[in-house]
Amino acid sequence: MHDVALKPGVAVHEESRTPYYFVWVALLILTGIEVVLTYNQVFAPVRMLEVLMGLSVIKSAMIIAYFMHLKFEIARMKWVLMVALVVCLTLMFVFFADAFRILSLGVR
Amino acid sequence: MADVAVQHSMTDAYEPSLFGTYSKKIGMWLFLLSDSLTFGALLFAYSYGRVSTPNWPMPFGKSSIVNATIMTVCLLSSSLTMVLGVLASKKGDHKATVKWLLATMFFGALFVVLHAKEWSGLITEGLRPFSNPWAKDVPQFGGTFFTLTGMHMLHVTIGVCYLGVVALRKKWIPILLGIWLLGWLLTPATNVFHIGIHVLLLVAVVSAVILVLKPKVYDAHDVEIAGLYWHFVDLVWMFIFPLVYLMSTKVV
Repeated sequence: MHDVALKPGVAVHEESRTPYYFVWVALLILTGIEVVLTYNQVFAPVRMLEVLMGLSVIKSAMIIAYFMHLKFEIARMKWVLMVALVVCLTLMFVFFADAFRILSLGVR
Repeated sequence: MADVAVQHSMTDAYEPSLFGTYSKKIGMWLFLLSDSLTFGALLFAYSYGRVSTPNWPMPFGKSSIVNATIMTVCLLSSSLTMVLGVLASKKGDHKATVKWLLATMFFGALFVVLHAKEWSGLITEGLRPFSNPWAKDVPQFGGTFFTLTGMHMLHVTIGVCYLGVVALRKKWIPILLGIWLLGWLLTPATNVFHIGIHVLLLVAVVSAVILVLKPKVYDAHDVEIAGLYWHFVDLVWMFIFPLVYLMSTKVV
């Protein structure tokens, strides 16, 4: 463990390798769970999609927080980046209404 | 009113960063935000097609899933080696930094090779951008698959080259040109990657221009922002793998 001294006004945090090994193992386990669930067809397709996307969100949160070090940034940085990302991506869900319309009514 | 001369050489002459970090990192985060919207649009477009098409093809058998799982392990492992490289660079251990960056590049290159093998197999089976042999009435499958995975493969390739520039600087250019030439000569002329590998030539030219115009020793900050890009590429695959491969698994 050591302090990381950067420039004035720059976030400073202590770092050790151990958390990164844990995150890596957790990501591998989650990937294994995804493959096993899919190959054994544990859920119906729509539920399977929800479960897989849920696991992917957990994996991406771990990557962003630990590997991309966002966990160690100041609150303002975290909020600005994550709110912008989540809002913009959430807006894209509006298209699914049309996708389901096509599924139930056919292309008009 | 007296003129005030700002002493640029003085430490603390400027206000501290609004986001508590250095500007290069903020710049990379902003780029990654915009890139995440690009991939978001592609993933949503793929999902739209998937949801609105009941007879979507399920071409990925056991070998494809095993291959894609190994590719995922490669990317996750490359993220670990990348973060260890960032830690080594912050400690000022240049030798260890280069070692971890080369390990990251190895995993990234392995991912691209496995992906290229997967693509070649699907093309041999008859998958094309506007047709596929599994569902004749779903011609858009090939287009969405190649666009999404191809865009990601391009990002990984650029990422490997980016890390090569940071780790090896000018030594990287002849290595990259050698890989391009070997890849071009060894790939059959009928294979799509016989043409696709010219991306490496383009990247070599861009890298050479950057290294000639702005030669420098890359510091811990440069390694960290290269790492941000690399982890983003890993992050995107965490959505492509389940959405494209696992949701189209052919279970016999």
